[in-house]
Amino acid sequence: MNQRNLRKLRLIISIIFLVSLTSLFVDYRELIPHEWYNTILFLQFVPSLLNFINILSITATGFIIILVLTLVFGRVYCSTICPLGILQDFFSFLSRKLKIRKKYKLKKQYGFIRYSFLAIPVIFLIFGGIFLINLLDPYSNFGRIFSDLFKPALVGINNVAAGMLEKINVYVLYPVSYKGFQWATIWFPAGILGLVMWMSLFHGRLYCNTICPVGTFLGLLSKISLFRIKMDMTTCTRCGKCAVVCKAGCIDFRNMTLDFDRCVGCFNCLDTCDTESINYQISFKPFELHEDNRTTNSKREFITKSVVYAIGLLGLSKSLKAGIRKINTENPDLIPEVKNYPVSPPGSKSLNHFKSNCTACHLCISVCPTGVLQPSFLEYGFTGMMQPRMDYHTNYCNYDCTKCGDACPTGAILPLDTGVKKLTQIGRVKFVMENCVVYTDNTACGSCSEHCPTQAVRMIPYKNGLTIPETHINTCIGCGACEYACPVRPFRAIYVDGNAEHRMAKKPHFEEMEVESQEEEFPF
Amino acid sequence: MKRREFIIKSAGAGLLASTALSMTRAERLLSTAGALVNPDLPFDLVAVKGGNATAMFDKAIAAMGGMSKFVKKNQTVVVKPNIGWDSAPERAANTNPQLVGRIIEHCLKAGAKSVYVFDNTVNEWTRCYKNSGIEDAVKKAGGIMVTGKSESHYHPVQIPKGKILKSTKVHELILESDVFINVPTLKTHGGTRLSISMKNLMGTVWNRGYWHDNNLHQCIADFTTYKKPDLNIVDAFRVLKRNGPRGVSVADVVEMKYQIIGTDIVATDAAASRVFGIQPEQLKHIPMAENLGSGTSDLESLRINRISM
Repeated sequence: MNQRNLRKLRLIISIIFLVSLTSLFVDYRELIPHEWYNTILFLQFVPSLLNFINILSITATGFIIILVLTLVFGRVYCSTICPLGILQDFFSFLSRKLKIRKKYKLKKQYGFIRYSFLAIPVIFLIFGGIFLINLLDPYSNFGRIFSDLFKPALVGINNVAAGMLEKINVYVLYPVSYKGFQWATIWFPAGILGLVMWMSLFHGRLYCNTICPVGTFLGLLSKISLFRIKMDMTTCTRCGKCAVVCKAGCIDFRNMTLDFDRCVGCFNCLDTCDTESINYQISFKPFELHEDNRTTNSKREFITKSVVYAIGLLGLSKSLKAGIRKINTENPDLIPEVKNYPVSPPGSKSLNHFKSNCTACHLCISVCPTGVLQPSFLEYGFTGMMQPRMDYHTNYCNYDCTKCGDACPTGAILPLDTGVKKLTQIGRVKFVMENCVVYTDNTACGSCSEHCPTQAVRMIPYKNGLTIPETHINTCIGCGACEYACPVRPFRAIYVDGNAEHRMAKKPHFEEMEVESQEEEFPF
Repeated sequence: MKRREFIIKSAGAGLLASTALSMTRAERLLSTAGALVNPDLPFDLVAVKGGNATAMFDKAIAAMGGMSKFVKKNQTVVVKPNIGWDSAPERAANTNPQLVGRIIEHCLKAGAKSVYVFDNTVNEWTRCYKNSGIEDAVKKAGGIMVTGKSESHYHPVQIPKGKILKSTKVHELILESDVFINVPTLKTHGGTRLSISMKNLMGTVWNRGYWHDNNLHQCIADFTTYKKPDLNIVDAFRVLKRNGPRGVSVADVVEMKYQIIGTDIVATDAAASRVFGIQPEQLKHIPMAENLGSGTSDLESLRINRISM
């Protein structure tokens, strides 16, 4: 193939990935069938890697393909498959069109920053945590930006349009109630979007070559890749056209060298050279490392610093966790809810499994039909920030739904059959009679029992013909419907305390009903 | 939204309602039984048993004088079934879908301009609409499904006759439609014992939680002073005999093959609770609504047509 066409090929593939991934994260009408999720997400590097560790299945080998691709072609992942990378190219495109930045120039290697952002998460990973990967993984950042920011914006547009159409009695679009907007967590994706926008509008792919751990890791591999971009010293006129279009800022045209470690494989340079002096070709010689003295020093510095950071963060996490006890001020008679554990979604096996595998891409939040899944702030502790939790004050888990497990690309939430899901106990019900409106006001309610799909909460005779809830924790699956439905505030009379280890609930059992023979005559 | 039109309409309706309500209970009892509910209709209540849901409805509505007694040409109709649960028709947590479809067919045949169907569901609404079979049945019959889960559709109303429920937010289809047909399903309910016509109206308001928190039975009764459906059709073909209102499995369901239709919401609920085997006064909101003048549970005083199939 003519190498000038490589850029076009890159463009086509990247648009396919960007469109399909964006659709997945903003699909508020549930139009994308869940069978497609795995296909769309198959090649995302970090999720696939984690999923492979979890399920050791051929369906999770996408990251191996990426490794091989990188070893053969360099960091093409960054320009064709990584949605955050493609998003940045889109901003760079805007930047050129709006004449914000039309020319790029050679950038220095930010070695210390780059390798810190790779090494610290890796250290955490070795100790079994996923901290920082959940905050830095490019796919997950893309997911959060679209799930937490763009989806609500789109829903807002939909609702305005729906409202206008309803005036002429057209109900094709309907208003969608969006339940995901949380000030406590929105700042993070908003901050990342701001950072990525600023960097890509003014500095090309600076983010990918400083902050992104996946970019840095693939960069290390691309140093020995089979195909590399090289400059032909004999024909090069040092016109500098290639450097001007290089978003990664990795072409040093004066010395006619190219830092392929930072090259994101956009192939813009190939397209622009008049003398065909810059070529994508097979290269067996290992890449020459331009390490200066500072890098060696900075490596030492980095190790000491990271240990200090780690200890500091651990302490911060503890103190923040201790600070979130609620204080009852509104109604002194009510007894506060005591929850020992947060509730993780069905299929996540245990809090430990979930916390150490979830990259917080928020796809489950986006596909959840009820909105019960919400980004956590400090509920899982500081290191679990952004990871989704079951928030029963927002909604409750739909009994027949298994979408979060179908969607999860990392294996943090493993897929469950509907039958198994209906028996998976993610938490247990707790009933505080002293808070119950039947007890305090002597009136009928039954809201909790009405919502309970297994009748683990059932109404039993109380007094004056009233009924009061009775709980059966063995058949409770912890879906949170009772907690959501309970009308008592500020502390509810019934709520779910998470199971640190998920269990299997007993199947609800009821005696055969005695069917009285129906009377022949009408009873009135 | 035709808000001005609505305000005029509701003011008129309020005036009518208050005149009707100003009659004391004694006066109403003195008047002939027929005049008590609607003198234009041949019966106050029709009870059918033994057929399938659609056949029973055909008989019942014919006995009432046909759908054209309720729906005039070019009127808009809102049909409010119970679609509260993400649950299949056999589980009897929702209204029978075939029945809903047949009602719409009758409305359109009577010349209705459009027939809307909605519920403020308990489970996630798109799943409720789909898995209850009601969305399909409605579309097939030519009706229009509308979401009941958007707060923007609910508008505040005052309920001056309410003892506890003084105001609430009601879905605009209930406020704007010319004809309101209530299609509950008869079933048990953990809190209120049974859920029938009056309880089904909880799906027309936005904030149900307030009702649960503030004397549920009284709130159910209070709401009937604001809005009474033009026709109540109680689906008791399959009846959820325990674990209601959602049920745990098909083992909770009994095929009773009954249907009760009537214009008096208190009377239809009284008749339906007897079909279930519970005395109407045991269902607290029935006597409460009766005291507020919303109807009568004294079935002896009504002209009832009983049809066995």
